[in-house]
Amino acid sequence: MPQEHRLILKHADQSGYTPDLECYLRHGGYESLKKVLALAPRDLPEGKKLSPQEQVREDVKTSGLRGRGGAGFSAGIKWSLVDRKSGKPIYLICNADESEPGTFKDRQIIHKDPHQLLEGMIISCWANDVKLAYIYIRGEMPHGAKLLNTAIAEARAKNFLGKNILGSGYDLEIYVHRGAGSYICGEETGLIESLEGKRAYPRIKPPYFPAVLGLYMCPTIVNNVETLCAVKHIVAMGASEYAKLGTPNNTGTRIVSLSGDVRRPGYFEIEVGKVTIGELINDPAFGGGLRDGRKLKAIIPGGSSSKILKAGETFKLNRKGSDGQMAKVDVPLLDLPYDFDSLMAAGTMSGSGAIIVLDDTRNIVDCLANIAEFYAHESCGQCTPCREGSLWMSKALHRLTHGHGRKADADYLLHIAQNIQGRTICAFGEACAWPVLSYVNKFKDDFEAKGAGDEAKAAVTKH
Amino acid sequence: MSAPATTEAKLAAATAPASPPLAEKIKIKVDGREVEVPKMMPNWQGKLEPTTMLQACQIAGHEVPHYCYHPKLPVAGNCRMCLVEFGTPQMGPDRKPVLNQDGTPKVAKAVLPYEPSTCRGAIACATPISPGMEIYPNSAATKQMREAVLESLLINHPLDCSICDQAGECKLQEYSVEHGQSQSSFVEAKVHKPKAVDLGPRIVLDDERCILCTRCIRFTKDIAGDDALGIVNRGSYNTIAAWKPGAFDNNYTLNTVDICPVGALTSKDFRFQMRVWFMKETKSLCTSCGTGCNIIVGSREEKIYRYEPRQNDAVNACWMCDHGRLNYKWIGRGDRLKKCGVRGAGCGVTDSDWSTVLKGVSETLAKAPHGSTAIVASARQTNEELFLLKKLATKLGALTDSVPRTGQGDHLLVDEDKNPNSNGARLTGIAFTEMGINLPKIAEGIAAGRIKTLIVFGEDVTRHGLDPSLLARLDTLIVSDILPNRTTALAHYLLPGCAHAEKRGTFTNTKGRVQKFMKAVEAPGDARPEWEFLHELMHNVTGQNGFSTIEGLFNQMAAEVPGFAGLEWAKLGETGVTVQI
Repeated sequence: MPQEHRLILKHADQSGYTPDLECYLRHGGYESLKKVLALAPRDLPEGKKLSPQEQVREDVKTSGLRGRGGAGFSAGIKWSLVDRKSGKPIYLICNADESEPGTFKDRQIIHKDPHQLLEGMIISCWANDVKLAYIYIRGEMPHGAKLLNTAIAEARAKNFLGKNILGSGYDLEIYVHRGAGSYICGEETGLIESLEGKRAYPRIKPPYFPAVLGLYMCPTIVNNVETLCAVKHIVAMGASEYAKLGTPNNTGTRIVSLSGDVRRPGYFEIEVGKVTIGELINDPAFGGGLRDGRKLKAIIPGGSSSKILKAGETFKLNRKGSDGQMAKVDVPLLDLPYDFDSLMAAGTMSGSGAIIVLDDTRNIVDCLANIAEFYAHESCGQCTPCREGSLWMSKALHRLTHGHGRKADADYLLHIAQNIQGRTICAFGEACAWPVLSYVNKFKDDFEAKGAGDEAKAAVTKH
Repeated sequence: MSAPATTEAKLAAATAPASPPLAEKIKIKVDGREVEVPKMMPNWQGKLEPTTMLQACQIAGHEVPHYCYHPKLPVAGNCRMCLVEFGTPQMGPDRKPVLNQDGTPKVAKAVLPYEPSTCRGAIACATPISPGMEIYPNSAATKQMREAVLESLLINHPLDCSICDQAGECKLQEYSVEHGQSQSSFVEAKVHKPKAVDLGPRIVLDDERCILCTRCIRFTKDIAGDDALGIVNRGSYNTIAAWKPGAFDNNYTLNTVDICPVGALTSKDFRFQMRVWFMKETKSLCTSCGTGCNIIVGSREEKIYRYEPRQNDAVNACWMCDHGRLNYKWIGRGDRLKKCGVRGAGCGVTDSDWSTVLKGVSETLAKAPHGSTAIVASARQTNEELFLLKKLATKLGALTDSVPRTGQGDHLLVDEDKNPNSNGARLTGIAFTEMGINLPKIAEGIAAGRIKTLIVFGEDVTRHGLDPSLLARLDTLIVSDILPNRTTALAHYLLPGCAHAEKRGTFTNTKGRVQKFMKAVEAPGDARPEWEFLHELMHNVTGQNGFSTIEGLFNQMAAEVPGFAGLEWAKLGETGVTVQI
């Protein structure tokens, strides 16, 4: 029986669990911070010493933790890329701009257990010699910002933050910065520009890799809320124990936001790769299945920007056979383990961990028009392909859903989207092109039928 | 004007001569041909940075099309026009290069990680080259990326070339012909944006024509040091705007019209005045201050329509100030002096001709006792003219000077010295370190009756201590000027001269840069270049023959004036040579 494995959300929904410091401390709060502050340098065989900070950075690497924001990049490697020799201060930013449609996991942490995020952040800052950190929180989450500010004040009062934290000699300040409401502020370099008080135009890479030229042109780490919380648990349990959770290369737990046409939408913390998409949709412990008489049409597996998966699709995945050899095996959609690598092998991504389920009552053309309108509205407009293409696709889809379609619109949409992906400054190009490419390619008949129908009607009216 | 130090530093760096190429070179292939390019090259501030694909392609003779990239502005990378297909040497699992069968390193073309059959282009303007890299500026994939960017840029563009001032010098037109398609698949309604926006006193913006390359924003913020422009709205509705309506008003706004690759930003002064393909372009200099910004004069049928800056990294980079740019209208004024004049007894100045006037002047000067003449020559005259006047002064034993003209300078280009050739006046010996120091002596000489003849070139000396009653005491007042004033009204001999745009010559700027300028338009009426008639006068008075061409005259000056020693007209090139001052 697949089950939730609550690590980060262990206490969050327990009755009587409140977001204040006292409650957090009663549940073992800030013990992991005390643990790292008490670490001694570790002797290495060659007579070198590994500083306590380096030990934690090593632990995050060996834990296999991958970023929970969307790209699934190794957190340990991200930290190791930080330029520590520049002589400039190193900044850490917690990306709490959770804005990918379908995603509602970070706000659970912020609203229900803000001190866990702070503890994760303080440990991560300490491990990276960060003296100043920011939480960039989405503008539409004012209550979350208020809770975080309260939590910061409480932590500062107890000397978990501020000068000489718990007598360790380590200083750290964390500030909450509220965004003004824009999807692109979740893109890390756009976020940095916004934090600097500018328009959130993502930066070109090269040369502006945050690890080298980030906030105020200083080395900067940007991590997702959930990723930073996981750091606390890596310290608490030990890296190797944490790595035992989940599956190889897809370690730990992750919170899945399940929405759409299921009986029991909600957030579920699972061991990565231990639960399949089918189980997430149908198991009583998770989605509880579709409503009566409905059939699965498709799922959007990793937030609205991920490529759609069509019901009945099968995917070639590398699996270890009974003989112990790796071989390509056909895996049906519902048997896909929910993890980074399986979804990548299926040609899509687990993204922000947001699954949107579509049943057979949904019109796929309408769904795409909705998503395209969102991306046209959220394109920052900095670079040409996305600025012009996102609205172009949205206008075409609006036309198609309002009775003025053409059979050729399917290929027309593919032409536009193909010219956006991979040609933009940031991944927003993919975010707006992938839904169009995947919906139209996989449901081409639906699009062509709608267009052809409109053309037939128009021909009749003309006569 | 108080200046942000950073901007000053930036400009200083930007205008510094390009650093010599470093020894370290990288071998890459561009379009299948191997080239060696420097590992580091100057960036927009002149600072050495890893060479970009765009710079490398330039060296290899391939111009990569671009809109947002400008060599003197920070790189933005937003237009995506310079996307190129490229490849890098493939590395094996042992981190050693994978070799082809013939032993050459195997180059893997960059592809999308999630779609390995599709090319992943890189923006040439911001991507550094690496050893063994191959750039494919003409491949099918590169061409397709350009076509796609152009199609995107044109879908919401009004396509109003027939009424657009930029037509003929528009990158959108040029690249569409060179890299675009003849047809677009776009069938939707276009986005409409504000038209004829009054951005500031000198600039009009058509937001629909704008391709949002942000060159104007970057220039205004990073070069002019005025954070006046930005983008409002989002996505396809993005719109360039001034922070407050009409607030785009620094002294450098018109540079944004030059760097705007399309017809979005237009000059109120120039718009609708002349189609650019009708204009003759002449290399010249701005005369509004001592900086000597290099310019191009746009003219047609002897009428000047505009000044535009001409790149000279030793002087003005690619920029000039609005004041200097718009200070050309006096050249075409209706009241220009067009006729020679001679004062008859008690009947004012009457029209005359060159032979009469030059004969009269020559005779007067030939008779003048040594030391009874003074010369006030303008520091707006050319080096060659001042050189001839100095020779005349030596022969006549004349006191000489020029009129100082100072005002406010700024952090970028505007100099406090408002004369274009003060250093020329000093180097030729007409004026001295403290310009104008001799003017009271000349006034005193006239008052005391020692000075009987005064030669004035290009100045209204009544405004500089030699008032009309003093001038009335002279036996002879010889005046050459361009426009009428109180001094010309009192002249016994009036010689109509030329604006710089009507002749050739050189100026020496505040930093000692000797730069030449060419003739753009004909002078009105009988007006002649001063150096021409001075040459005749010199011959008549001194008996010496000189050179009757500007080239020869310049070279003679270089031979005789120590400050110009070693210079040659032909070697000044288009951007000049710096001399010690």
